[in-house]
Amino acid sequence: MMTTQTNTASATRTGFVPVMFAVVLGLGIITLTGHVQAAALHDAAHDVRHATGFPCH
Amino acid sequence: MTPRMTYVTRPASPATKTMFSRILTSALFAGAAAGLIAALLQLVFVQPVLLHAELYESGELVHFGGEAISAHPELPGMFSDLTRDALSVVFTMLTYTGYALMMVALMSVAEGQGHTVDGRTGVLWGLAGFIAFHLAPGFTLAPEVPGVAAADVYARQVWWFATVAAALVALWLIAFGGNLISYVVAAALLLAPHLIGAPEPDVFTGPVPTEIGALFAARAFGIGLVAWVLVGTFAGYFWQSEGKRAQAAA
Repeated sequence: MMTTQTNTASATRTGFVPVMFAVVLGLGIITLTGHVQAAALHDAAHDVRHATGFPCH
Repeated sequence: MTPRMTYVTRPASPATKTMFSRILTSALFAGAAAGLIAALLQLVFVQPVLLHAELYESGELVHFGGEAISAHPELPGMFSDLTRDALSVVFTMLTYTGYALMMVALMSVAEGQGHTVDGRTGVLWGLAGFIAFHLAPGFTLAPEVPGVAAADVYARQVWWFATVAAALVALWLIAFGGNLISYVVAAALLLAPHLIGAPEPDVFTGPVPTEIGALFAARAFGIGLVAWVLVGTFAGYFWQSEGKRAQAAA
């Protein structure tokens, strides 16, 4: 019983950090490529933002 | 030193490191491969429509201006502005890598709950991603051809993120909820953003012919669907193969 609990807790903890890290990193990337309005970034990503259906201007 | 400090500074376990590298590696492969194909498809099928629209956006061409305008003008910059095309390839690959990171992370959660994740089921993940990130927001905020009238970009971005988030929760409930309440909540989450409505422009000012605008939206959705199905398939495939590789190495 004790062993089962320890294993479950450990599996949840090792899974949670990588999952959250990947989600936040992925969200950060699409925010940069698709949404941040800084002029240089907007101009470089302009065509992609239109073609991918992000709100652009 | 308090126990809490000990916990925070505890080095990552081997299992966590394996999980990190499995998620990152499969997402990078899947996102780069799908993004590259999507970028090439966009350059062939979407970019000509975009460049055509820009001739009207800049005022170089004007329709309904007295004389008939050819629907097939010479397009400046098509495959000649290499910097512009290269930037588009890089940013498309980055965008789909971002999507792949989120998808693979959620795939690992689904697998942990006993669901099969591979190249075949990845198609369904890809379709769900397309619905959440393209179709759901695009159903009311249609993919914009350059030159269209639109409301404040910040307001549209808030609506875009909220709609995507609602659709993601809805699709997760449809896929893994498995009871009537989850379907009802999912339907409500899918409908709500469109019933509430997206930020709209006060007046129409678009100089681009409607034929070009409609073709642009159709092409953007079409390439988006292909790209997402590829992301899903590749993500499921690489998730499996990276898992087997890690097991063999252990």
